[in-house]
Parts: sequence; C-alpha cells; structure tokens
Amino acid sequence: MIEVLKTLGAQVKEYKKDSILTPVFMILEVICETVIPLLMASIINDGVEKGDMNHIYLVGAAMVVMAGLGLFTGIMGGKYGARASTGFAKNLRKAMYENIQTFSFSNIDKFSTSGLVTRLTTDVTNIQNAYQMILRMCMRAPASLICAMAMAFYVNARVSVIYLAAVIILGIILFALVKRTMKYFDQVFRRYDKLNESVQENVTAIRVVKAYAREEHEKEKFSKASQNIYKMFVKAESLIVLNNPVMMFTVYTCIILISWLGANLIVGGSMKTGDLSSLLAYCMNILMSLMMLSMAFVMITMSIASAERIAEVLNEKADIVNPQHPVMEVADGSVSFEHVHFSYRRDAQDLVLKDIHLEIRPGETIGMIGATGSAKSSLVNLICRLYDVTDGAVKVGGRDVREYDLDVLRSEVSVVLQKNVLFSGTILENLRWGNQDATEEECIHACQLACADEFIQKLPDKYNTYIEQGGTNVSGGQKQRICIARALLKKPKILILDDSTSAVDTATDAKIRKAFAEVIPGTTKFIIAQRVSSISGCDRIIVMENGQVNGFGTHEELLESNEIYRDVYESQISGSGDFDEEGKE
Amino acid sequence: MAAQAKEVKGPGRRPMGPAEKIDHPGKLFFRLFSYILQQYTLHCIIVVLGIIISVLANVQGTMFIQSLIDDYIKPLSQSANPDFGPLAAAIGRVAVFYLIGVLSNYLYNRLMVNVTQGTLRNLRNEMFVKMESLPIKYFDTHSHGDIMSMYTNDIDTLRQMVSQSIPQFINSFVTIISVFVSMLILSIPLTGVTLAMVALSLFVTKRLAGLSGSYFMAQQRDLGGLNGYIEEMISGQKVVKVFCHEEESVSEFNRKNDALFESADNANKFANILMPANAQIGNISYVLCATIGGLLALNGVFGFTIGKLVSFLTFNKSFSMPINQISQQLNAIVMALAGADRIFALLDEEPETDEGYVELVNAVEAADGSLSESKGHTGTWAWKHYHKDTQSVTYQKLKGKVVFDGVDFGYREDKLILHDIKMFAEPGQKIAFVGATGAGKTTITNLINRFYDIQDGKIRYDDINVNKIKKKDLRQSLGVVLQDTHLFTGTVEENIRYGKLDATKEEVIQAAKLANADGFIRRLPDGYDTMLTGDGASLSQGQRQLLAIARAAIADPPALILDEATSSIDTRTEKLVQQGMDRLMKGRTTFVIAHRLSTVRNSDCIMVLEDGRIIERGTHDDLIGKQGKYYQLYTGKVSNDLAG
Repeated sequence: MIEVLKTLGAQVKEYKKDSILTPVFMILEVICETVIPLLMASIINDGVEKGDMNHIYLVGAAMVVMAGLGLFTGIMGGKYGARASTGFAKNLRKAMYENIQTFSFSNIDKFSTSGLVTRLTTDVTNIQNAYQMILRMCMRAPASLICAMAMAFYVNARVSVIYLAAVIILGIILFALVKRTMKYFDQVFRRYDKLNESVQENVTAIRVVKAYAREEHEKEKFSKASQNIYKMFVKAESLIVLNNPVMMFTVYTCIILISWLGANLIVGGSMKTGDLSSLLAYCMNILMSLMMLSMAFVMITMSIASAERIAEVLNEKADIVNPQHPVMEVADGSVSFEHVHFSYRRDAQDLVLKDIHLEIRPGETIGMIGATGSAKSSLVNLICRLYDVTDGAVKVGGRDVREYDLDVLRSEVSVVLQKNVLFSGTILENLRWGNQDATEEECIHACQLACADEFIQKLPDKYNTYIEQGGTNVSGGQKQRICIARALLKKPKILILDDSTSAVDTATDAKIRKAFAEVIPGTTKFIIAQRVSSISGCDRIIVMENGQVNGFGTHEELLESNEIYRDVYESQISGSGDFDEEGKE
Repeated sequence: MAAQAKEVKGPGRRPMGPAEKIDHPGKLFFRLFSYILQQYTLHCIIVVLGIIISVLANVQGTMFIQSLIDDYIKPLSQSANPDFGPLAAAIGRVAVFYLIGVLSNYLYNRLMVNVTQGTLRNLRNEMFVKMESLPIKYFDTHSHGDIMSMYTNDIDTLRQMVSQSIPQFINSFVTIISVFVSMLILSIPLTGVTLAMVALSLFVTKRLAGLSGSYFMAQQRDLGGLNGYIEEMISGQKVVKVFCHEEESVSEFNRKNDALFESADNANKFANILMPANAQIGNISYVLCATIGGLLALNGVFGFTIGKLVSFLTFNKSFSMPINQISQQLNAIVMALAGADRIFALLDEEPETDEGYVELVNAVEAADGSLSESKGHTGTWAWKHYHKDTQSVTYQKLKGKVVFDGVDFGYREDKLILHDIKMFAEPGQKIAFVGATGAGKTTITNLINRFYDIQDGKIRYDDINVNKIKKKDLRQSLGVVLQDTHLFTGTVEENIRYGKLDATKEEVIQAAKLANADGFIRRLPDGYDTMLTGDGASLSQGQRQLLAIARAAIADPPALILDEATSSIDTRTEKLVQQGMDRLMKGRTTFVIAHRLSTVRNSDCIMVLEDGRIIERGTHDDLIGKQGKYYQLYTGKVSNDLAG
C-alpha cells in the first residue's frame, strides 16, 4: 500500500505547489467559517442585549470581512484543488502511456488491451476525484471538526462535553456502518458485473439466441439474476439508510440536551443567551464534518483498487531494452536460429519452442506450415526481437538480435502481424507508418505489389479514403493487403508475412507472391500460411509441429519425406483442392 | 456484413458532465415518475408523508428555540424561585416530535430503497425482455457498446436520481415552503432580506454553472477524444512497436492529454468555486439579518424579540441550504433524464413482428399416413395449421423443402443486396453457396430463418410461406451453426444442452460424439462440467466450433444451415470439424456456405453468387464442365489477362 502511494505520489511533480496550497486555503476557509458564529454570539451578547448599536455595526463589519476572506480562501482552495487534481491525473496518464510505449510484447500480453485502456481512463478518473477529495474534504472536514469543537469548548466547556460524547458515539456508529456496507457493496457490485456480462453475452450472441428460439429461456435466466441483485442491493442499502436517521437522532439529542442544560446554566447565571445560539450553530458544523469524513472514507477506499492497478502499470519494467552499444546496421537478410528454446513465461517448464536450429540465406523465400499452436508465429516473432529467447540465440545478418538497436532491427525486419490493425486516418497516412518520407508514388508502388492498388483506385477518394477506427470500412482481405503494402514501404531486408493473406482469395494471393519474387528478390521472405498453395512455391518450407521443426526442405523433398506435409497437401490439393472464396467475412 | 465486423468494446464510457440535450424533459420526467408510481403507489405516498413529517419535526424544533429563550429562559432567569417543570415538559414534547421525525425519516429512506431497487429491477427486466424481442436489424444498427451502456451507465445514473435526487428534491421543496412560512411568521422584513440574498446566490450559481458548463462540455469532448485515441492506440500497440512508432504515438497523446487538462482544470475550478461562493453569500445574508434583526429587536419594532432573532437566524441558514441543493440536484436530474431517454427509447422500439400462426409440433404418423399430435419427441414433425374460418386444425408433415421465388433483399430499403434469387431445395438435399465476400451468401441463410424480412418475392418452407409460420417454430425447425461461434457462460454440458433444454446427460454426450467433440471435452480439466467464461475464451477456435456443432446436433432439427468459418482453423483440426459436420448433415436439408471443396463437391446443387446474384448453379461436375467462375475458384487458376 505504501509502495503504491509512493509510486503514484511521484507523479504529482509540478503540481506539488497546488497540492500544498489547496489544504492550506481550505483550512483558512474553515477558520473564517468558525469565527463567524463567534462574532454572531458577540452581536447578541454584547450588542443586542446591551443595546449597543455601535458594537453591532462593528462586529457586523468584521463578519462581512470574515465572509469576504472566506470567499477568497474558498475560491483559491477550489482553484488550486482543481489544478492539482486534474494536473495529477494528466501526469498519471502521461507516465503510464509513456511507460506502455516501452513495453515489449510480453509486457503487453501480461496486461491485455482492455486492461490497459481501463487503467488509462476509468481508473485515472477515479484517482483524480479521490485526490481532489483528499486535498479538499479530508483537510476541511477534520479542520472544521476541530475548530468547531475548540470554539464550542471555548464558549462553554461543560456543555460542549455533550458534543465530544456525540462525536465519539456517532463516529463509531458511522464507521461501523460504512465498513459493513462496503463489504456488502463489494459483493453486490461483483454480482452486478456478472449480470452485465450476461447482458453483453446476449447482445453479442443474439443470433444464436434467436436461431435456437431461446428468448424465453434467456429472459427467465435474466429475471432470476436480476431479482437476486435486487435482494442484495436492498440488503446493503437498508444498512446505508440508517446513516441519515442516526445522524438526525444524534443532532436532535444534542439540541435537546443543550437546550435543557443551557437553560439551566443561563438561569443560573453562568452562561449567556448568545452563547446558546453559537453552541447550536457549532452543532451543525461538527456533525456535517463527520458526515463528510465518512463519505470521503468510502470514496477513498473505493479508489484504492484503481490506485493499485495504476501502480502496476507504472512499476512494470520493459523486459526488452536497447543494448549499451547497439549495432546500427544490419549486414544482410540472413537469419539463423541456434538451438533456440523459448517460453512466454520465464519458467522454462512450459517451452513453446524447443531446440530450433535453422540457417536461412539472404533472399530465400521460406514457407511455414503447421497446426494452430505449433508455434509458427512464436518462431518468427523472435527474428525482430518482439520476444527474447529463453535459451540459444537468434542471429540476423550474422549478429545476435540482442546486439542491435531495436529501431534499426525492426526497420530492417518487417512483420505483418496475424492480428493486424489499421489506424483511423487516410490510407496514405496508414501506409506512411512504414516510411514517413515515402512519396505518393512509392506508396502506390507498394500497393501495386501488394495488389491493394486495384481496389484503392476504385474507392471514391482513392488514397485519401478515410479508414475508420479498427479499419471497419474495408473488408478483411483489403485490410490485409494494405497492411502488406505498409510493411513493404520499410524496404526491409527481411519480410515476414504471418498468415497475412488468409482473407485474400487464391488468385490474388498468387499474384502477390509472384510480385514479391520478381520485384524484391533480394529480400528474405517468411510466409506463414494455412494453404499449401500459398507456400508450395517457396525455396524451402518449414513444417512445425508442437514447437519443433518437423521438416525443412523443398516442396518436393517434403512430399517425399514428411508425413504431416503430405497429409496436409493431400487433403487440400490432390484430394479435393482448397476452395477459397475471399476468406471469412 | 457490417454487423459482424463490429467489434464489441466493453461498456461504453460516457464521461460525467452536464447537458446532453433532451427534447421534452418535462414529458420524460412525468413518464419516469408515473412509471415509478404505477408499481409503488402506496410506497410513494408514505415516502412523501414521511418526508413532510420529518421536515416539520425539524422546523418545530427550530421554532422551539425561539420560545425556549423568550418564553422559558427569560421568565425563569427573572423569577426568584425558578420552576423548571414547564420547561421540562416543553422539551419533552419537542423530543417526542423529534423522535417521530427520526422514525419517519428512517421509514421513508428504507421504503425508498425498495422503490429505487424495485424500479431499477423492473426497468432492467423490461429492457432485457424488449431486447430479446428486437429484430436482428436493431443489433446491426446499434453498437454493442451503446446497448451495454444503457444497462450500466444509464441505469446507474437513474439509481442515483431515484434514490437520492428525487427524495432530496421533495425534501428541499418541503423544507423551503415550511421554512419560508416560519420566517414570514417571525419577521416579514427579515424574510425580504433573506429572499434578496437567495436571489443573489441563484444568480451567481447560474453564472458560474454557465461558465463551468461550457468548460464541462469541452472537457467531455476532450475526454472522449483522448479515450478514443487511447483505445485505438493501445489496441494497436503491437503494430506501433513493430513500426517503431512510439514517439509519434506519445507526442499525439501529449497533445490530447494537455488539451484535456486545460478544459478539466477550468471545468473543475468553476464547479469548485460554486460552493464557497454560495456559502459566503449565505454568511453575508446571516450577517445582514443579524444586524437588521438586532436593530429591530433592540428597538422592539413589530414586537421582534431576541428569541425570534435566534430562531430566524437558524432558519436563514436552513433556507439557503435546500435552494443550493436543488440547484445541484438539477444537474444530476438532467443527466439521469438523458439516460432515461435512451432507456425509454429502447423500451419503445418495435419488437420483431410475428404474424405467423402455423406451429411446429411433434407428430405420430398412423399407418394410413394421417398425422396426429404428440407430446413427446417422436422424430416426426408436423406443421399445425389452424383454420380460423372453420375453427379446425390440420397437420402437414414437415419434409424440409425450401423454395426461394424471386427474392429481393437489402439491409436498407434503398440498397438491394440480393437480386431475384430463385432456388429450390428438395427435402434432404444439400445446397451449397460459394462466392466472394459480400456476395450475399450469409444473407441468404439469414432470410430462411427470418432474421430479416425480404423486400420482394416469396420464401416457402414445405410450400408454406415462411411469413405464416410462427418465428419460434420456424427457427426451431432449422439448426444453425453460425460463422461466429458464440458460447455462453456455463458448463460445457449446459452449452451443448442449449440446443435442447430438456436433454439428458446421455443425449448431450451422444451429440458431442456425433460432433467429434467428446474426445477433447473429456480431456478438459472437469470434462463436461468445465466452466466456460468469456465466450469460451479458454477453448481454441476449432473446439468452440465443435461445441457449436454439438449444440446443433442435440436439437436434431429437420433442416440445417451451416455457415462455416474455418480460415483460422488449421487443416488438421478442420478435418475433425468436417467429419462432425458431415455426420450432422446426413438425411437433412442442408444449406452450406462452403470453404472447403470436400463439403461442396457432393452437394446436390452449388450456387455461385456474385454481387447478390446467382451467376452459376448446378452440380460440381456441371460447373467444372462449364469452365466459368466456379472452375476458376476451384482450380485457383487465373486466366492470363487477370494475372496481368
């Protein structure tokens, strides 16, 4: 917990001044507010009762001054509080975002995309609100409590003992209530999330529900869960609603006791009428601040989880960093795997790749085939150091990939990822991710190679067509082709296509491969595919099975010697032929 | 199809802020109110009474302080031999009223819990029931995030409004009235002073709220922009890494982050100033009343006394408080109404219409071929026609013949996707659809089970127009394995049983075996009892597909629609899936959207679709002989001019 606070606290940075000034002004405001009832008492005691109009004017003026001061300090407190909390939130977001940029693939895998997004958005908002609450309320409420208490004792210590007792009793009751309800609410909200998950499930799977005509079944399930939530909420809130009456009961008890005692004391001559009214005024102040404290307490406890989640991101260390003296040039497109072992987790128990030993010459075209989970992607991801090997070494251009500058390595080794994305922006802007200085001609040329030019030319705005977030306004096959063109613009020495044409029809697929062979013969190419037809023309083919190389050779050699390859080939080509429309929708 | 490409992005986030425009806030408020009243009339009456009693108890206490000083303390301190008896009695009376006030406060708060939670439960249930009844089109045209946001954000803001804002509103209103009346009784001129100060405070509130409101709008806009950027970039983070685009990504982020800071800072600043400003205006009002009241009491004008002044000053404080509260609540109410607006819009959606009357029943076929209805599962199905004019019922055996006659269809009225589709499927036949993405293959199958209604032409099922068949019965007669496999949270067994809710464990296992799923299920940690969550995230694509096939198998439908998506499944897994599918298809009328040739080849008829039209049809051999589009797709060969 302390660690979490330290991590987050380090991000206050330039808003330290605001963070200190806010509570200072809040306390000053509280002092002004406390003085006012005191002056009020003075008006009644020394002014009204003694018939001293001058005193009334004088003290009245002092009260106006105090109110003015209160206004000023209140405004300053509000201003600095806003700046401190929103600035803190800004710094938190920035620090997280910048740290995320240094993350390696395995760091990203650890958090999941939606996890990171929630941390950057909802969690930061929670912390911003809690921070403002702490700076303003958590200073104000206790200060106000102490001041009011002190003044009450100053006015009349004997009567004020009632307040002390009330505060202690009420404090204990409120605390106990809050603690119990928090526990309930924790459960309720977890159930509530589950209910919403099931709604989400119904929304996404509505076709299944309708196809099986299971509407009634789902309604029944939902109304049962909904009734359950209702019961739990009622149970939890029944406790919370005790807050108000308990608070009122205490206030009323105080008023009655003070009225009785006060009356006795005034009659006995040991207290003045004015004091009675100030004591009653402090009563509200004291109890309101208690109420505020309990509210702040709830809010802060609720934001602890957010704080922990944010600290996790901030404390995450990127596990792939640039070497001390990086090599700035990749000699050629040769790749060699030297007894590579790899595991996504650090423990070597669960190896994804086992003893991979391969030599690939510059300019070779390498096909890769194998069942899902056979670690084809894992293998190629090691080439541009998206992950680090667990054991052994991967060499590019004759040097270990860990010796290169990351930017240099990744510009020379271009990967078209399996789960690829386009960003919102024009097609041209997306293409220039590959090379910022690419001319329009270069972009068009790359698209021609990737067979993307043909459909882009048909779009109304051609290369200036705006791609929606996630590329939802182009089809899967079109997206893949733009992604390939984007990767080509890097003019890499090594090009890796990780199942990048799965949604492209067979004919176009063949055209793309043909273009590669003719136009960029010097580039080493890795092609992962499910279709034998996509890789049968490669110089050599790697057959992967359970994280190991099962066969490595030309198409003919493998047909001869490799059982898996023959099996796949026969089921796809000679048996029936793979019949591919433009992929799945 | 756009609907399926749409990504589900968790519950949508709608940042806090004021003023989403609503057209008829009054009407909406009234509707919400009458919705609550309908179910909780008695509760609501008691709640209002409870609020009134609890406010009055508070007011009588404050009034008592006046008489405490004027009527008890003063005479007592002047008498030589003070008798505290009457004072004790008076305090006792006040205490009793206080107690009643506290009790009614608890009572109404407690009842409000039931009203709030009950209303929300009913709303949720109604929303869900309505949602389940909506046509697929609704889900195509509304993002899943927006739908989810109604169940989460909108319901949450409504909870706050119903449980807090509304009672507080009533409370404040009653307080204002009763305090106002009491103040009038105590002193008319001082009431005037107080009112003037309240007017000032309302004016200031309005100005500040206006200022902060425009900044809140800006904050909302910037927050939306930043969150959108974060979602996009973090989703594509791996691509950012591959292209070494980190610096650009950070600099754009910083620009958006700074903009948000600016607007958020301003919005919060003005919102923060509101409270102290109003508090100090309240204090000045207090000072003015004290000074003027002191003068009045001193000179005994209008019979004003010190006791009255003390009481009045307390009222002065408790007058400005509820007014500020109401102005604060207004914002919350406006936000909640915006949510209510969306919820009611969902409740007002037109449900999927179903004018069908022909039902599907289990039947027993007698030796003479006549059919009679049966309660249990017989394996024979019949269409039950109810003839209104003669009040009689006839049965017709379900065979599985499907005919499309000149069908036109478009997702939007003005844009046809399918043109003049003609197709005949005899019972037990296998019809395959092939063609490029967007050619309309999936769309055709969506029309058979009436996910969408056609624009023109007719679809007949066993010579009955599908419009005349009850949707539920029509859909139950068609087994469907969809392109996107969706599983539900629950055990593997429950997921298979989804196809037939009363299936025994043996039937479940049987279906799993048929679909080739039994093997992998048994290897799962808890076998058939393994819990699946998050759409079966722990299973591979192929395994999920096998479960979907088992789910269709257990329903044992007379006709099947198989919309396969196997491009992400490797060949070896696909073989398993294929075997399962083949076994399932045996003896049923099947519509298959094919990926693998082995599935297509032995079809009775293959339809080649292009741009919503059937351009070729026939058996595999016919089409190969034709050397047309099908031949091209099949051989993967490109004619020379195409390869360029």
